[in-house]
Amino acid sequence: MAQTITQKILSKAANRKFVDAGESIWLNVDILLTHDVCGPPTFDIFKEEFGKDAKVWDPKKIVVLPDHYIFTANEHAHRNIDLLRQFAKEQGLENYYDVGTDRYKGVCHVALAEEGFNLPGTVLFGTDSHTCTSGAFGMFGTGIGNTDAAFILGTGKLWEKVPESIKFTFDGEMPEYLTAKDLILQILGDITTDGATYRAMEFDGEAVFSLPMEERMTLTNMAIEAGGMNGIIAADKITEAYVKVRSNKPYEVFQSDPDAVYHSRYHYNVRELEPVVAQPHSPDNRATVRSVQGTKITKSYIGSCTGGKLTDFVMAAKILKGQKVAVTTNIVPATVNVARQLECELYDGQTLKQIFEDAGCSIALPSCAACLGGPADTVGRSVDNDVVVSTTNRNFPGRMGSKHAGVYLASPLTAAASAITGKLTDPRDFL
Amino acid sequence: METVIQGKAYVLGKNIDTDQIIPAEHLVYSLSDPEEVKLYGKYALSGVPPEQGGLPEGNIPFVKDGSFNSDFTIIIAGPNFGCGSSREHAPFALKVAGVKAIIAESYARIFYRNCVDGGFAIPYETSEQLNQLISTGDELKIDVAANTIENLTRNVTYKLNPLGDVFRIVEAGGIFSYARQENLMAQS
Repeated sequence: MAQTITQKILSKAANRKFVDAGESIWLNVDILLTHDVCGPPTFDIFKEEFGKDAKVWDPKKIVVLPDHYIFTANEHAHRNIDLLRQFAKEQGLENYYDVGTDRYKGVCHVALAEEGFNLPGTVLFGTDSHTCTSGAFGMFGTGIGNTDAAFILGTGKLWEKVPESIKFTFDGEMPEYLTAKDLILQILGDITTDGATYRAMEFDGEAVFSLPMEERMTLTNMAIEAGGMNGIIAADKITEAYVKVRSNKPYEVFQSDPDAVYHSRYHYNVRELEPVVAQPHSPDNRATVRSVQGTKITKSYIGSCTGGKLTDFVMAAKILKGQKVAVTTNIVPATVNVARQLECELYDGQTLKQIFEDAGCSIALPSCAACLGGPADTVGRSVDNDVVVSTTNRNFPGRMGSKHAGVYLASPLTAAASAITGKLTDPRDFL
Repeated sequence: METVIQGKAYVLGKNIDTDQIIPAEHLVYSLSDPEEVKLYGKYALSGVPPEQGGLPEGNIPFVKDGSFNSDFTIIIAGPNFGCGSSREHAPFALKVAGVKAIIAESYARIFYRNCVDGGFAIPYETSEQLNQLISTGDELKIDVAANTIENLTRNVTYKLNPLGDVFRIVEAGGIFSYARQENLMAQS
């Protein structure tokens, strides 16, 4: 029987040859990811259900990356880090990346990739909705809650309903003004925020396979914004080149069968698309930047798992080089590694860091920061009636802090161009 | 599990995401310390813009100022309830506030799983737009065996979609009780 790539990966994890969409199956889990917001309650449930002295199913397969509320004076947030540290010690978790040490990484989804935990053909569950990001590596990744995560901690297994798949094909060569963020916002406008609920979103086509891993991760990251269970891109030479320098673990590359059955298919030619934003207050509220050009903004924010990778900053630097920003512009590298690259990566003879500083941006320490608002003292948090253009992934009311603020989700090119003018601006005006 | 769930309705619109159910700044409180747990009740649904809370009129707070739980125990909502983040703090907060059941046109996957596997509140689906037919404050009665909801204020009964596969997990009270019943707790 023909299967999609998602079915094949789930079949393998269920020790089966074939699984059908709609079946509920038990999966063996390769990696469980957690962080400072959901780790402590997950560990509490684990102890309550398996016993105070119980041991996790496999300490090597648990990755704990604190990233949400790191640079804050909030005492409860500090307590959560203490609880992670204590559990990691008790259980001997070698993949714990402690705050305040050289091991601290930053935003978990980007750090997973950088540290070589993303391997084609594997199954990842994480206590974060954007765990779907890892699907860019031809693997299955999805978000779960604390109870499900505690179940995995004790057993290494979880039930899942095999999803139907929707295929999104992007043909053509990517123009320089277009980014992966524009592609996923295009899709969201077409299928809306529940258009892929309980389904897999599979991306392919010449334009997708021309993208570097970081840009592919922007596509899969926002599968959850359409309700998707997972986003997935089959591994190719670019994937394998990225993985091989970061991991020596074995992996298996899967492809969808040509006659696999899909719920639906969407075709796009990237040459016919243009820069878009998602207007307040929903990621599917799409408009072309040109149609809302001139809308006044109070802040520009470039960061997060979806918009704070090296490629995002290279794009922003291309626009900001030699310019001055007109509004507060926060540059928030996703990880320590990205932050270091800002200091050595050159664009037109200058480091990215220099370009951003000369333009008047402020560069923050790597964490999730204001993408999800966070405690009151979080860098970049929206206040009052702020109008923010942001490379993040969600803009429901109150997402970045103030529930009276409006957030326009945009590509790093659009966020940078808008920062210069203080108004929503099509990046083609600066390219 | 209760066979009849009776209580007052709190009516919401579509796409109520987890930041509206429990804003991210509150996720720092403990989910096991009894004093801190109360705060989840206090702030449940506090992210909903005031005019969109307690439809059709709006501007009805879910939890009164100074209180830690709600007078409303059944949530009625449109499509895609619980979209957004994976935070289990969301169904947890609703439970702490006193919610027993949610009736929505559809749910986001993670929220739905969390409700079922964590045993927080029963996530019923309906094919009717009940948030257009029921008003905040209406007295409702759910018959769990018959899959119906009766609006006692207006004398109308509506069909609920059967829970299907997940009924047994709901009935057991969550994934751990279910897995113990079914002998699924062994390590892989």
